[in-house]
Amino acid sequence: MLTNESTLRILLADDDEDDRTFFSEAIAELKMTNQLTLFNDGKDLMEYMHNPDAKLPHILFLDLNMPYKNGLDCLKEIRADQRFKNVSIAIYSTSSSEKDIENTFVEGANIYIKKPNDFSELKKVIKEVVHMNWQFHSSGLNKETFFFSI
Amino acid sequence: MKLYINFDGITACRVILQEQLERLEIKYQLLDLGEIEISDEVPAETFAELQQSLGRYSINIVNNQKAQLIQKIKDTIVEMVYEKDKMPNTTISHYLSDKLNFSYGHLANIFSENTYTSIENFIIIQKVERAKKLIIEEELTLTEISYKLNYSSVAYLSSQFKKVTGLTPSMFKRIVDKRRKLTNN
Repeated sequence: MLTNESTLRILLADDDEDDRTFFSEAIAELKMTNQLTLFNDGKDLMEYMHNPDAKLPHILFLDLNMPYKNGLDCLKEIRADQRFKNVSIAIYSTSSSEKDIENTFVEGANIYIKKPNDFSELKKVIKEVVHMNWQFHSSGLNKETFFFSI
Repeated sequence: MKLYINFDGITACRVILQEQLERLEIKYQLLDLGEIEISDEVPAETFAELQQSLGRYSINIVNNQKAQLIQKIKDTIVEMVYEKDKMPNTTISHYLSDKLNFSYGHLANIFSENTYTSIENFIIIQKVERAKKLIIEEELTLTEISYKLNYSSVAYLSSQFKKVTGLTPSMFKRIVDKRRKLTNN
């Protein structure tokens, strides 16, 4: 990278332990310097986000189905708060219905990921998402019309 | 006596930057990811002093030519996509190497080694960004937009749009409209 200080801050909220492990391994293979923080559910995530001292992430990956507070509720809550307007939100879902995808973007998501079934595909998808997000971040592109469905 | 400390390097770095910039009376804004926006021209002397005082904390100003060249490539592409009424008819590789006085191979290598994308892909992203703006403005039809951005057909514009966003132009428009409705209510 151009500057060594550049560290991409990534958060993931997912209640499935295996999914969290796969995700961490995929992130570990990125060439981009990054710092990953994991949450087991939406409630823990939102507690972190609402802490004024917390470092805000550049990108947040949200599983849709989680106990206590699901991904869609987190998405709405985050988008209702101007403080988080620069945080890119990637929704992780098993659905590939066009209607679900459209609704998720309307609610304020930037990225919609249809959960891949195998690990090599997951690595590819995460890399593409992080790199696309980087273009928006580093080239000052308009985040309000940043939609990426993969 | 032994003291145990814990510290947050990023906060420490921000405070050092603030203190040093303020000491030298430089108008600044701290951005994310190791970037500082300087609002006025800084005299060479002050700049050297800043470089020296930050150096004591192992904070270095990245002032390399590579970073500057990459920024120039990006600026040239953005200008080409946005400010010309129509994209140039010469190939993009000729256009860039003529404007920046480097071989295209050199530019392409430096770009892809440092930006996580390629020049070709960056151009596609920028063209799709402009297409998004034009779609939202609603003044041009998709056919007119594809002509303006030098696509050979609407089908080709739509397929590049889909490649970058995963959406069709019409789905994109629908999402933007629905979002606006939602925030206006």
